Amino acid sequence: MKFGIVTFPGSNCDYDAYHAVTDVLGEEATYLWHKDHDLAGADVVILPGGFSYGDYLRPGAIARFSPIMSEVIAHAKRGAPVLAICNGFQIACEAGLLPGVLLRNESLRFVSEPVRLRVENADTLFTNRYAMGEVLTMPVAHGDGRYTADGETLDRLEGEGQVVFRYVQGAGDTDVYWSPNGAMRAIAGIVSAQGNVMGLMPHPERAMDALLGSSDGVGVFESVLARVAA
Amino acid sequence: MSRFKVALHIVPRRGLLDPQGKAVADALHTLGFKAVEDVHVGKHIIVEITARSASDAEKDARAMCERLLANPVTEDFEIAAVSAT
Repeated sequence: MKFGIVTFPGSNCDYDAYHAVTDVLGEEATYLWHKDHDLAGADVVILPGGFSYGDYLRPGAIARFSPIMSEVIAHAKRGAPVLAICNGFQIACEAGLLPGVLLRNESLRFVSEPVRLRVENADTLFTNRYAMGEVLTMPVAHGDGRYTADGETLDRLEGEGQVVFRYVQGAGDTDVYWSPNGAMRAIAGIVSAQGNVMGLMPHPERAMDALLGSSDGVGVFESVLARVAA
Repeated sequence: MSRFKVALHIVPRRGLLDPQGKAVADALHTLGFKAVEDVHVGKHIIVEITARSASDAEKDARAMCERLLANPVTEDFEIAAVSAT
């Protein structure tokens, strides 16, 4: 399976994603430049983390109009998988692929630390290798991660099982929701109504090896492989 | 066609948590401006544009706000001034 990893000016997790796909999963990956007009045959698109266009105006607001994004939006509309991580999540929200928006952290501080996530839906394209309620550790590194949407949208996301990851407190408190950024309802990751686009603030591509702290992110990639290859 | 300068204000929607505004309000309180009740921090954008008329320039600016300059989920915008340059 072929992964296309979009590089915007200011992306900085594109190589981590490339490493995760090629070295850890043993799958094929290619970089897609933001000015490209085709996806080079990619089955799965990754919008990686970083600070595209210096976060000017709002994170993701300008990247969303890059030429490659018309192709990414068409790919998503066809029901094909898009994994939007961190800045990618912000871009996907700005592009209308996912509802809501990521605002400045409540603390006004950049947070860079491992966090604990609870799997809230283990029957999605991106989470089927996890168990419902499983608690994972992945790093976050962002200044604008406070997921925000109106009450009606939040209720719909919860009702339809579109909330896939929530932040939880440390060991032993896995039922206590807590958020490093003030996200509404402790939301860390969601999927689109069709289920083929996932946006999340934590970095699964940086949690691929226990030697580096956690391999809990591997399941996200394996889940996609299991469903798309099937 | 003439040139116009359009001044835009973009502010976080009332009722949404605005930690930046709160931090600035706290700082103002620390400086002794105890009467400050609330602060909202937004953006002031000036667009210089060629248009047939001031109302055309304003219409264009409104479309720019709706499509890019403001996020419809969390921000409100207003066109503060349109002036010929």
